[in-house]
Amino acid sequence: MSAPFSWIKPHPHGVYVEPADCWIDPSRAVDKALVTHGHADHARGGHGATVATPATLAIMDLRYNIRENITPVEYGETVRLTGGVDATYIPAGHVLGSAQILLEHAGERVVITGDYKRRADPTCPPFEVTPCDIFITEATFGLPLFAHPPIEDEMAKLLDRLAAYPDRCVLVGAYALGKAQRVIAELRAVGHTQAIYLHGAMEKMCRLYEDFGVDLGELRMVMDHDKDDMRGHIVICPPSALNDRWSRRLPDPITAMASGWMRVRGRARQRNVELPLVISDHADWFELTRTIEEVNPHETWITHGREEALLRWHQLHQRRARALAMVGREDEDD
Amino acid sequence: MEAFAALLDALVYTRSRNEKLRLIAEYLRATPDPDRGWAMAALTDGLDFKAVKSSTIRNLLKERVDPVLWTLSRDFVGDTAETASFLWPEPLGETGPPPTVSEAVDALSAMTRANVASELPQLLDRLDSAGRYALFKLATGGLRIGVSSRLAKVAFAQAFDVSVDAVEEYWHAFGPPYLELFAWAADGDDAPDTAHIPLFKPFMLAHPLEELHVDLADYAAEWKWDGIRVQLVHVAGETRLYSRSGDDISATFPELLGALQLPAVLDGELLVRGTAQGGETGGAASFNALQQRLGRKTVSKKMLTESPAFVRLYDVLSVDGEDLRGREWQHRRTQLEGLMPRLPDSHFDLSQLVEARDFDHLAEIREGTRDDAIEGLMLKRRDSLYVPGRKTGLWYKWKRDPLLVDCVLMYAQRGSGKRSSFYSDYTFGCWNGDPDAGADLLPVGKAYSGFTDAELKKLDKVVRQTTLNRFGPVREVERTLVFEVAFDSVHESKRHKSGLAMRFPRIHRVRWDKPVHEADRIEALRKLIRD
Ligand SMILES: [Zn+2]
Ligand SMILES: [Zn+2]
Repeated sequence: MSAPFSWIKPHPHGVYVEPADCWIDPSRAVDKALVTHGHADHARGGHGATVATPATLAIMDLRYNIRENITPVEYGETVRLTGGVDATYIPAGHVLGSAQILLEHAGERVVITGDYKRRADPTCPPFEVTPCDIFITEATFGLPLFAHPPIEDEMAKLLDRLAAYPDRCVLVGAYALGKAQRVIAELRAVGHTQAIYLHGAMEKMCRLYEDFGVDLGELRMVMDHDKDDMRGHIVICPPSALNDRWSRRLPDPITAMASGWMRVRGRARQRNVELPLVISDHADWFELTRTIEEVNPHETWITHGREEALLRWHQLHQRRARALAMVGREDEDD
Repeated sequence: MEAFAALLDALVYTRSRNEKLRLIAEYLRATPDPDRGWAMAALTDGLDFKAVKSSTIRNLLKERVDPVLWTLSRDFVGDTAETASFLWPEPLGETGPPPTVSEAVDALSAMTRANVASELPQLLDRLDSAGRYALFKLATGGLRIGVSSRLAKVAFAQAFDVSVDAVEEYWHAFGPPYLELFAWAADGDDAPDTAHIPLFKPFMLAHPLEELHVDLADYAAEWKWDGIRVQLVHVAGETRLYSRSGDDISATFPELLGALQLPAVLDGELLVRGTAQGGETGGAASFNALQQRLGRKTVSKKMLTESPAFVRLYDVLSVDGEDLRGREWQHRRTQLEGLMPRLPDSHFDLSQLVEARDFDHLAEIREGTRDDAIEGLMLKRRDSLYVPGRKTGLWYKWKRDPLLVDCVLMYAQRGSGKRSSFYSDYTFGCWNGDPDAGADLLPVGKAYSGFTDAELKKLDKVVRQTTLNRFGPVREVERTLVFEVAFDSVHESKRHKSGLAMRFPRIHRVRWDKPVHEADRIEALRKLIRD
């Protein structure tokens, strides 16, 4: 008999599942990939075969044109891989289609979270705690200073500012996959029914969300409208467009940004953000540590983020942990 | 404290000056005494609590938070007060309501090094994260939120629709929380009685002389010295020294306080002894030497002996209780000359008038001033009364022609406010040898003014089209464009790789036509040092 968990091997560019000869979230093209969600640092094109939820596959198709050799897996569904490995896709609550992957082999259980959060999100089902032996987690906001506020507070800040300046618009920088749609859906949830304007780069992803049953209300494209139409409205763009020439076509925009990093004043100032909205699709410090306590694994492996602090927390709580030093995973939630 | 915390946060994220003014004015109108007065003191740097230092905060946190997690967090945030506001553990059980600003100020003033570790936590436990941030900033001073003391005073004037000159004048008569000031401005009480207080009187300022020809029969000419403008006030046995912005800088130049022992308000240029700038009773050092003494709250004996300060006088606003601001310049000048024998020449001399046959002759004299490290000339209408601020036609500054050098654009950064979508801040360099023989460019300065809006658009386009690298808001560009850069002086600096730093660099002309290898070399710039 081989050593415990020798069948699962972390590499800098992904987690390798030896008996099934497949990779989880590999950062380069492989023969067979199991993908947790559609963000670019987890999902890449060019794999021989791809296993993911239908929404994640649709997102990958939009970005990389993959139609061939795909295996859709629903939440709660188990696929039998070669070599006696079972893979079950479980909601991660991160973005549309995001999943944790539970791998079972020889009586051993490993959960790979991909990215996740514990807050409610109208665009995807909530994270489910899944007991396991090895818990492979992210740590994007793995510092004790990160405590994301309730999203209702941030929505109120945004709508208050919008109401105070009826002749201007509020331009919200939000990541094009996930954050943008969540902000729109949360606005709808608190009763904001006005049209929301979109940067051109946002359109296709929003339509994809709608195809998967997420109601985003009335959306209009900035390029189809005059400055005056947008006064008193919310405009959403990718963070990279916030201070770009593109924004000159907007009516005196108030610059906002929706990101967990906005908690730190210097981060907001660095980007010329006047209205920081602390909205994150990742677990904050307290959710990361609570989740580890609830999952209560034999050992935690940390894929990416602020691993030093989370390792320290494990040490202080007499828990076993190691950092995997995965490459190509930048500061997300941006 | 919540309102003050909200104000600080709003100011942190606001870049527009008008918006800052509006936010502060709104706070001042909505907040009762004495909280708003303490807030003004905090904004104008008027508070200092000896018991609370940055290290106090760090130590308090390290007793409550794992030191490794503290250090990792502090490194990420980059600001001790902010990190501490995040990591302070939420108290268990009931705590009191948040303290008011004045309650916090009272408690902070009463703290000693011996009891701060037990007293400060009691305040912190009653605040949320934003409140704790505001309390730390209040307690340690140095808000660093881009609000100058002048801006706060302008906001005060706007809030209550009073003259900012009057605010400046009364400001130093009262300590925080400025109850008399609010009673006057906000509640319509009589103007405060300030006859017995050494108050700052707002300065009379000059316009630049641009393509104008003045008649020397109407205007007197003086050298414009390269020091700092100060006002020295002696009333009822007390002397205070004020800077151009009305800040009390008495503590920075204590040697001047004892030197004025008669009731007077004097206007002049503060300089330190040296050989670079000539005068009636000896030379002054370059601005660089003066800079060593600026911004210090305490002065060492060594500095006092090595770089003693003196004031080169050019005006008198009052003497022996008589206000001279309503008299003509010619009269004040005669009074000042008459006053000189009563002042110790160790600390005062008289700014000399420059005699010239006519304006052209004066221009000729001005041309020769560069070697004397003088900024240029001042032209003062002989019949001008001493009026605060900048009134057209009364005083002119006629700076000597700026020094010019051709530099190559190296980096560009986005501007702020209206310019936040343009690359409008430029870093440029000179060659460290022969560019055709493989020399490199070394940065020598940074400028963000001197071009038209149309030029800015064109420059922005060039930056975008020639970007080599991006570092956050900064772009490194291909070396394709030459700027003719104007500057007032250049001196040695360890901060730049080129070893040189310019004073007041601005873009004089964009040399679209000039090939980059024809730009100037470092050694050409070095020759312009006049220290
Ligand atoms: Zn993600
Ligand atoms: Zn990730």
